Amino acid sequence: MAQEVTRRPYLREVPRARWFFRHPRYLRYMARELSCVFIGAYTLLLVAGLKRLSEGQAAYEAFLDSLGAPASVAFHVIALGFALYHSVTWFNLTPKALPVQVGEDFLPARVIAGAHYAAWALLSAAILFFAGAF
Amino acid sequence: MARSNKPIVWGPFAAGGTLTAFLTPVLILLTLLAGLGHVPEALAYDPLRYFAAHWLGKLAIVLVVFLSLWSAAHRLRITFYDFGVRCDTLVAVVVYCAAASGTAAAIIFLLRI
Repeated sequence: MAQEVTRRPYLREVPRARWFFRHPRYLRYMARELSCVFIGAYTLLLVAGLKRLSEGQAAYEAFLDSLGAPASVAFHVIALGFALYHSVTWFNLTPKALPVQVGEDFLPARVIAGAHYAAWALLSAAILFFAGAF
Repeated sequence: MARSNKPIVWGPFAAGGTLTAFLTPVLILLTLLAGLGHVPEALAYDPLRYFAAHWLGKLAIVLVVFLSLWSAAHRLRITFYDFGVRCDTLVAVVVYCAAASGTAAAIIFLLRI
């Protein structure tokens, strides 16, 4: 409708696929969104491990050996970086997603995010401990 | 009231985003340690098989696989749009089906253990 009455409608030109290079904030957004590729790929790696586990001890131990390949170690390091970035961005958003009201006021954002960080640290340490990593 | 199927795809996304935020880094650390030659005790064949043989272990694994894959799929769908791919329905069908197939594969492998 608006286009019929306006002689020269304003059309902002946005490059379809390269817009996120325009501002560091957009680049950080893209880094966060791309973390899904690594988290998804890593989960598929776990499913592959389940397959080898179901095939018996020899197959599973060959899978464990294959984790030591340089490409696998490189993938793990990059995936770990993206997974950590996902965690940090996710926990930093928790005060917006789960505001807690106490009486008239809301709990400060750093308390809610901080509680998530503390739970994350505890859970990670507990899993490392019970998995016998140290 | 307008009906929407958004909560159905968005609910598992939020749950999976939270789960992966808490769990994925430490899981990657565990398999990275295994790759570096220091295999954590729980990742050895016998304990892991014992864990996956119990129904509660199976349930935990399926839940982690499904929620991780689903939240990754949902985010990937949005990212495709951001990269200029405009056929959203096709992308949605492909990524959600991929997440569902990965989960189905995990269930099949678990049932063989």
